[in-house]
Amino acid sequence: MSALVIDARGLRREFTVSRRVGRLRWRRDTVAAVDGVDLRVERGELLGYLGPNGAGKSTTLKMLTGVLVPSGGFVEVCGLVPVNHRVRLSRRIGVVFGQRSQLWWDLPLRESFELARHIWRVPPADHAARLARFVRDLDLSFLDTPVRQLSLGQRMRAELTVALLHGPEVLFLDEPTIGLDVVSKQAVRAFLTELRDRGDTTVVLTTHDLADIERLCRRIVVIDHGRVVHDGTLTELHERYGSRRRVVVQLDEPLLAQLALPGVTRESASPDGRLVTFSLDGSATTAGELVATLAASVPLRDISVAEPEIEDVIARLYASGPATPPQPRPPSA
Amino acid sequence: MAETLAIYRRILGAQVRSFASYRASFAIDLMTNGLVPLTDVAAVAAVFHVTRTLGGFTAFEVLLMFAVSSTGFALADLAVGQIERIRQYVRQGLLDAVLVRPLSVFGQLITVDFQIRRLARVVVSLGIYAFALSHVDITWSPGRLVLVGLAPVSAAVFFAAVFTASATVAFWWIDSGEFANGFTYGGRDFTAYPVNVYSGLFRWLFAYSLGFAFVAYYPALALLGHPDPIGLPGWAVWTSPAVALVAVAVAAGVWRLGVRQYRSTGS
Repeated sequence: MSALVIDARGLRREFTVSRRVGRLRWRRDTVAAVDGVDLRVERGELLGYLGPNGAGKSTTLKMLTGVLVPSGGFVEVCGLVPVNHRVRLSRRIGVVFGQRSQLWWDLPLRESFELARHIWRVPPADHAARLARFVRDLDLSFLDTPVRQLSLGQRMRAELTVALLHGPEVLFLDEPTIGLDVVSKQAVRAFLTELRDRGDTTVVLTTHDLADIERLCRRIVVIDHGRVVHDGTLTELHERYGSRRRVVVQLDEPLLAQLALPGVTRESASPDGRLVTFSLDGSATTAGELVATLAASVPLRDISVAEPEIEDVIARLYASGPATPPQPRPPSA
Repeated sequence: MAETLAIYRRILGAQVRSFASYRASFAIDLMTNGLVPLTDVAAVAAVFHVTRTLGGFTAFEVLLMFAVSSTGFALADLAVGQIERIRQYVRQGLLDAVLVRPLSVFGQLITVDFQIRRLARVVVSLGIYAFALSHVDITWSPGRLVLVGLAPVSAAVFFAAVFTASATVAFWWIDSGEFANGFTYGGRDFTAYPVNVYSGLFRWLFAYSLGFAFVAYYPALALLGHPDPIGLPGWAVWTSPAVALVAVAVAAGVWRLGVRQYRSTGS
């Protein structure tokens, strides 16, 4: 048996949107929200699925969980075709869809877990063992509080628990840390790290939180305009999209000369010209060479080197994605 | 199957406990819900304030029709009326959370949003039914004894189908609330009076094309042994349960199409 838990090939989902083009005329356009996505995830992987808003992340997740019927392509999760085997698949996957709660709002949290045990038909012993583990690891000290009185962070920890109580093989998380405070974010990340390291649950996570990506994801898949634009490790992403280290120098005199060093760009300078930021592209010039060259022309007071930031990489990645086709001008009336 | 029903029973229990957790508002809800059928009776009484008979029926005979319709409607509202919340599910994408649980979508929606306060309307409507039955002349026969129990049940099944089919329209048309209410509440008000008071296209459409004549009017004729002034043959007045089953088959088909539509277009 293959260790492939998610296998999607050429997965597509089109939507028809009606647009008003005249007083009474509507034009129907077909838009591909997911446009040929290939995705293979092996057992135990923790995959970060990233992309700007509207890139097709949620649409992909809905097709993987059996909520949405694909318009084309092939997809299997746990060896099942999601839409054909929605109920069977739902026993083997766990899903946390941000704002769409699986908890009973007015009842003590404990009762939501008890209901989940029945809905997913979990043997009592397995349920008790898992619940004990989650109560400890996620610090669920509020089992007797009605869900409506929980803080957002507490509720997210409860949602994670309810999604995992039936021991799913795959856990789908749609922005699990959105809106959480720092402490809750850390608690959720620590929990997911542990889940990842145990290696028996495959996790697919969409997020906009770059700290989530850095701490959790060994593999990231970035999609834009419905297509995969990167599939690999974070390091590979840095290499491929030319992560820039920054060198900030404080000078005694303004720098007047232009530097003719390959791969060095002067990014900004203070009005008096004494605080200058350079960015280094790739490995054409090292930070040492830059500093040496600078020191030869002006006296240096201070130097700092900033490591590449993932925000940068992602922003550049999004910007470099397939360009949007120019919008046709509406015919003038 | 038994196991699945046990799960739904647990969900129902959780839902009832949820409502009971707001004790004061729960009590007020029960009371106001109990008052609803009584205000509707007042509307019937107002009609008979200006006339002694309506379409050839006495006040108590019309009250019998009203009671069958009202009991059926209240039972259907209790059992599946919460299906109208499908609009919120579609608009807010909440159906996604429903689709990732190992239970049927319909089963979940009617249990998760179950509202026990609607039981009050059933109880009050049954009281009106008993009152009406004791004030009309019925020549009891085995058939009529069965029908007296079956009539509100088959009315309930029919209304449940109407609730489901009209709420399902929300899968295609989110703002279909008023449209759906036209069929559910409109249908209830239509069935509270003898069908021969309506005329022309309106009667043809609601009473026969949509089948509302079979909710309360024909069962009441069968109980009373009253010939149909519209002229349907005698056996036709007994066909209400069959009509209700046809309505359920249609509603189930529409519902399946609706869920399929959601799953192929999203919210």
